[in-house]
Amino acid sequence: MQGMMLNRAKELLSDGTVNRVLGWQAGEFVYDITPAVFETEEELDAGFVYNGFCGNNLSKYLVKETLKDGKILVFLKPCDTYSFNQLLTEHRIDREKICAIGIPCDGKTSGEMLKAKGISGITGISEDADNFVVDTIYGQTTVAKADALEERCKTCKSKKHVAYDELLGEDGEILDSHRFDMVAKLEAMTPDERFAFWREQLSKCIRCNACRNVCPACTCEQCVFDNPKSGIAQKAAADSFEENMFHIIRAFHVAGRCTDCGECSRVCPQNIPLHLLNRKFIKDINELYGDYQAGAEVGTRAPLTNYTQEDVEPSIVYHREGK
Amino acid sequence: MPNEVKAFKPKIVAFCCNWCSYAGADLAGTNRLAYPADVKIIRVPCSCRVNPMFILRAFQRGADGVILCGCHPGDCHYTTGNYYARRRMTLLFSMLDFLGIEKERTRVEWVSAAEGAKFAATMNDFVATVTALGENKRLEDLRCKE
Ligand code: SF4
Ligand code: SF4
Ligand code: SF4
Repeated sequence: MQGMMLNRAKELLSDGTVNRVLGWQAGEFVYDITPAVFETEEELDAGFVYNGFCGNNLSKYLVKETLKDGKILVFLKPCDTYSFNQLLTEHRIDREKICAIGIPCDGKTSGEMLKAKGISGITGISEDADNFVVDTIYGQTTVAKADALEERCKTCKSKKHVAYDELLGEDGEILDSHRFDMVAKLEAMTPDERFAFWREQLSKCIRCNACRNVCPACTCEQCVFDNPKSGIAQKAAADSFEENMFHIIRAFHVAGRCTDCGECSRVCPQNIPLHLLNRKFIKDINELYGDYQAGAEVGTRAPLTNYTQEDVEPSIVYHREGK
Repeated sequence: MPNEVKAFKPKIVAFCCNWCSYAGADLAGTNRLAYPADVKIIRVPCSCRVNPMFILRAFQRGADGVILCGCHPGDCHYTTGNYYARRRMTLLFSMLDFLGIEKERTRVEWVSAAEGAKFAATMNDFVATVTALGENKRLEDLRCKE
């Protein structure tokens, strides 16, 4: 796949369709993948990669990139295409300046996941349908994907691309991923158990803001959390209230617009399951206002900027099942 | 008397929309209907002016319960404001519950300008509910405590 992508990128660069390519590049270690913009074939040859570590969703980078001159080529995995559509819906990116190529994805892993499996000295990765084949300085190891996938890839909602100009490889299907199972499990607990669960999780937060910075739904020019008057700008939470507030408000601000791309949980250095907060909102929206998948189409109205006269009353929260 | 145990009296913040509920509260007052003095009313132009941060901030600054009152659905002075507020608050309250924070500490009630009696009854009921729950511990900010 990397070869096909590289060839197509070079073609589009040389025939002038695009003047830049947005893709992935390895950092100091092969598993330290960063998004990168390539301007020439030489740069592509030197740095461009696509492998089992390329989890980064590139769509948010288009917000800045499409303010520049010329057209840019971007590679989108199926989950990224949802974010892409959502950004279009919110008029945050300029479709005219983008050439989008859909690429298949069979799930991603990370250096961290592999190291947790006792694999070190990683120098490369390849994959087949069910396994990652990892090259290390000690030789080659095979890990089953079922054991090494990122959390969000285990509950992948769709292998189908919802936006692209061209597609490389086969398109997939929308999956029934059981992604709300853990939310349902939490809902079935008592409030005290839930409180304890979330205290343990949220108290780990160091307020690095990575979850916000990476989120394709968080594209505000000025974020509430950067307001110097708020008392919570650019600093670690001082107590449990600030931890709760940051997480409630972050998740609330993306409610109805979050495509469940999973980037926030992926980048959290403290491994806080942020996706559970987002999915709680998604699950509630689905149950109370009808099924809605942000980013499935361009131009749909987000549930929180919409209403019907027959909407349920907030008191439904007191009467719902569970404890 | 330093060791005297005082009966718990909850602090309640009531966001009231200017056009209906605030007038309703006024009517309760002119009709001399009693409701606890610990209910602090904050007038807002519309129920949809209240963003989730207001609710959380109220708890941070020491509220034990927060109630939002607005015009009945269909009667919003700005036609649709309360419909948006209704969705937002439903999701917010559900999220608070998801985090294990007592859901009874938050409430939405529609009170028209003519419903002074409903306003007083609502407040009495809400204060009783929050009194039973006790002090807000799960969304408190110790730095803001006396
Ligand atoms: S990425 Fe994790 S640690 Fe950083 S602010 Fe977000 S939740 Fe907190
Ligand atoms: S909140 Fe997380 S899952 Fe949702 S769009 Fe943002 S990064 Fe993706
Ligand atoms: S947290 Fe809220 S204010 Fe900040 S960038 Fe995200 S949506 Fe915007």
